[in-house]
Amino acid sequence: MPAASAAGPRRVSAETLAQRQREISVSEFFVKNRHLLGFDNPSKAVLTTIKEAVDNSLDACEEAGILPELTIEVHDLALEATRKDPELTKGEGRFLVVVQDNGPGIVKAQIPKIFGKLLYGSKFHRLRQQRGQQGIGISAAAMYGQLTTGKPIRVTSRVGKRKAAHVFDIQLDTRKNEPVVTHDEEIAEWPLEHGTRLELEIVANWQQGQRFVNRYVEHTALANPHATLHYTRPVGVNQRASASVPGNETLSFPRATTELPKEAIEIKPHPHGVELGALMLMAQESKSHDVRGFLQSAFSRVSAQSAADILARAPWGRKAVKPRVLAANRGMAEDLQKAIAATRLMSPPTNCLSPIGDELMKKGLVGFLKVIESEGDGGDENAQLDLDAAAMKPGRKKAGKAAEGMRGADAPAPPAVPDAPLEEGVENIKGHNYFIATVTRPPKVYRGNPFQIEVGLAYGGSWPADKTIELFRFANRVPLLFQRGACGITDAIVRTDWRNYQMSQPKGSLPVGPMALLVHIASVWVPFTSESKEAVAHYPDIIKEIQLAAQECGRKLATFIRRRKALDYQAQRRSIFELYIEEVAIAIGKITDRKPGPIKKEFLRVAHRMTAAELEQEEEV
Amino acid sequence: MAPPRDASAKRTVVKQGGGALPRRSKDAASRKTLAKIEKLADGVLGMVGTGKNPSLDIPVRSLANVTWSEKRRLVELGKQKQKRYFFNVSMAKKFMQTFLVSEACKELIDSGKTTSIRDLYYMTKHTLGDTRQNTFDDQDESDPIIEDLEVTVDALREELHLFASRTGSMVGPLTIVDTGDTIDLRRMGSGGWAVPSIVEENVITFRKHEAKYVLLVEKDAIWTRFNEDKFWKRNQCIIVQGKGQPPRGVRRLVQRLHTELGLPVYVLVDNDPWGFYIYSVMKQGSINLAYESMRMAVPAARFIGLSSFDKDKYQLPMNVSIKMDDGDNNRARQMLAYPWFKHARWQREIQEMVRSGLKFELEALSRRGISFITEEYLPRKLRDRDWLE
Repeated sequence: MPAASAAGPRRVSAETLAQRQREISVSEFFVKNRHLLGFDNPSKAVLTTIKEAVDNSLDACEEAGILPELTIEVHDLALEATRKDPELTKGEGRFLVVVQDNGPGIVKAQIPKIFGKLLYGSKFHRLRQQRGQQGIGISAAAMYGQLTTGKPIRVTSRVGKRKAAHVFDIQLDTRKNEPVVTHDEEIAEWPLEHGTRLELEIVANWQQGQRFVNRYVEHTALANPHATLHYTRPVGVNQRASASVPGNETLSFPRATTELPKEAIEIKPHPHGVELGALMLMAQESKSHDVRGFLQSAFSRVSAQSAADILARAPWGRKAVKPRVLAANRGMAEDLQKAIAATRLMSPPTNCLSPIGDELMKKGLVGFLKVIESEGDGGDENAQLDLDAAAMKPGRKKAGKAAEGMRGADAPAPPAVPDAPLEEGVENIKGHNYFIATVTRPPKVYRGNPFQIEVGLAYGGSWPADKTIELFRFANRVPLLFQRGACGITDAIVRTDWRNYQMSQPKGSLPVGPMALLVHIASVWVPFTSESKEAVAHYPDIIKEIQLAAQECGRKLATFIRRRKALDYQAQRRSIFELYIEEVAIAIGKITDRKPGPIKKEFLRVAHRMTAAELEQEEEV
Repeated sequence: MAPPRDASAKRTVVKQGGGALPRRSKDAASRKTLAKIEKLADGVLGMVGTGKNPSLDIPVRSLANVTWSEKRRLVELGKQKQKRYFFNVSMAKKFMQTFLVSEACKELIDSGKTTSIRDLYYMTKHTLGDTRQNTFDDQDESDPIIEDLEVTVDALREELHLFASRTGSMVGPLTIVDTGDTIDLRRMGSGGWAVPSIVEENVITFRKHEAKYVLLVEKDAIWTRFNEDKFWKRNQCIIVQGKGQPPRGVRRLVQRLHTELGLPVYVLVDNDPWGFYIYSVMKQGSINLAYESMRMAVPAARFIGLSSFDKDKYQLPMNVSIKMDDGDNNRARQMLAYPWFKHARWQREIQEMVRSGLKFELEALSRRGISFITEEYLPRKLRDRDWLE
């Protein structure tokens, strides 16, 4: 009894299958897998769209040496269409996202490919610290817009004063992964000398997505103190600050410095940490005559001497071997990889990295806190960062000086204390004192890629003291907003023992206290866990560096908290004495039939001469 | 040991009519006390005026600063003093409180009024400035301050016009004058005369009496038995009770009866360490109030019962005894070390209690008949001179 007959007749033959088998274009793949690119749902889509555009703009400005000035606009089309009682669209709706920069512009011929073709870009093949990596993001956003609204992306760009601006409407042929230009026009009048403007209509959920965007814009301003951001967003009737604003309001984040970040230089890979397959592939592509030359030309930090050192450790090292031979022979390649690992080499050049830097990180934090303070909400992960929250925020009472508590008609006015100079590291931001500390670690290497960790913290002010700290993660100055739990940065901070630094910390979680912690990883290649670039992978070298930086910052914080506790304690004690003096003066006054005023004055005079040390000393008598 | 609180005490105005306390012109004792308080305040003003950290010298009221005077047979306060600074984190509040109490006492003396220590606590309690702190949090904080003030200015609580509580009753063949009212203690019915807290000469004076001795009974119930059986009439004695440890008023009055009328004092307490301690305090003063021993203690007071040997002498059945617990045993052992219990007879007395491990209440005697204590026990004890000193 043939088994085939029991299973029924075969419906498909290998031949018919072969007819269906065909290449899948990358765009088709991502249409089906758009969550990989951060377009999981309409509330996240608006953020991803803005983020991809802003990342590109900032990269372009920096590369061209231009101080970035960006305009980010979100328009609620339904809201703007209504004249009477405009309300924010609830749930999903049509939104127009506009991002405009003053960058170098894009040459006419490249525009369609950049915005209408996935995996087309300038960044993938370069080892250089930049925000974008693959050349996938902005075209994916255009594709998302096209899929959800059917509208093409509109790109306006101008490369110079003497050149005209061009407007393109670009669609994506997802089957071929090729751009289709539906509109091409030269415009004479454009306000900017150079720059690029994107307009993209998408389906989004602003109600739920706005907090991500608010946070992204704030954090981008924080990590890019050299950039000016203007952020226009739709607001509902009851959120509006003034009636004159027709459904939109603009927040501006002025730049904190006019200094461009240090230019990030492109580097060659470092031989340490290069993987076997990568090594063989590089050998394949090498134009050198022998392996010695290949090592010197394809890698950084390999001199003639160190190339000789490496080859001396390989069993076949004495012979001149062509790179092509190496590429074809796995055993030889393995020998070479081991030899490389055993040879001491200089660390990769770190001038390729452009950290924010201590000073600018501080400035960024100050600027960020200024906006946060004036906007109102401290930025809880789950809080709506909008204006009605600001309006509801109760006014905080300034801590009254204890001396003001003194009573009595003839009590002398408490001695006027001029505003004490702020302690080192303390910034007064809109009436709140924040302690700010920053640490920039020296560059290190993971898997042959240089990276550098920076940690900054803002403590005190109006952060809530009973909540988990705010952890702001950045990779190459781009804020990471999602997948906090899956991120190596979070892991490193959780693994740091913050109780050593006067903070409380439940086991296995972030510390609790009035603090915002900023962690920035700058690298030529940030190891993300996915294409949507939301979390940093758990490389032990990176985790260790983050911990070291956090500890260094923590030590500064602990010093500050301890000092402040001591000062608080002293101030509290002095104020208690002043209260007691009041009582004693009245009592003695009644007993001796004198006015309490002069008695109090005498006590106060002695009080001011008593130092803290004396107050302590007497206890031992 | 802080004096018991007197929750029920109301602000009492001592009647000033009747000539006992002439209005306006304060008596000499009050003027003296006032001068002492003023001196304290002046001292502080002087120190502050010269830029010094003001301080008070407060005699230490602890066992370490208490000595047993063999000669005077009293517990006496030693010379140790403690400085209480104002500008000192741990002392400032107490310093402030001391002056609040001083000022309140001055006010009382000025107006010729007396009040309870609980009342004084309320008089001086208020909130500091616009904080949530109070001058005193509870009475346990103000009572020691009063004692501090007493020792510091060397004035008794009664001289500061303060009283503690008035749990004590007295009957006997004696006439007294209490703030101008003549009271015949022979006609006090079943309840007796309530002994006030302040029994100084300016309040209470003794008149006619036929008493031969004073009998201080520990318990109210036993005192009622003595009163009901008119023991004081038959035996010509004054019977007093103080509901356990007698309050200051009772002790002071007994001391005055002893010194002014020359009456011997007999103490009748339970046969347990606590009873012995009551006798001990009556006899030589307490450790906490050692500074008052002079005016409170009767070194010649006699312990008439219940003795550890009475259980055999008076054939008390074992089933009326109570087993001593660890606290009792410890207390008894401590007493063996007291210098005033060093006499061989006292040592035997306490050791017998420890040995038997039993204690007896006075009520145990009722096993032999309801009036056994008044008709047989005490008369026989007195006849046999069966007491300890």
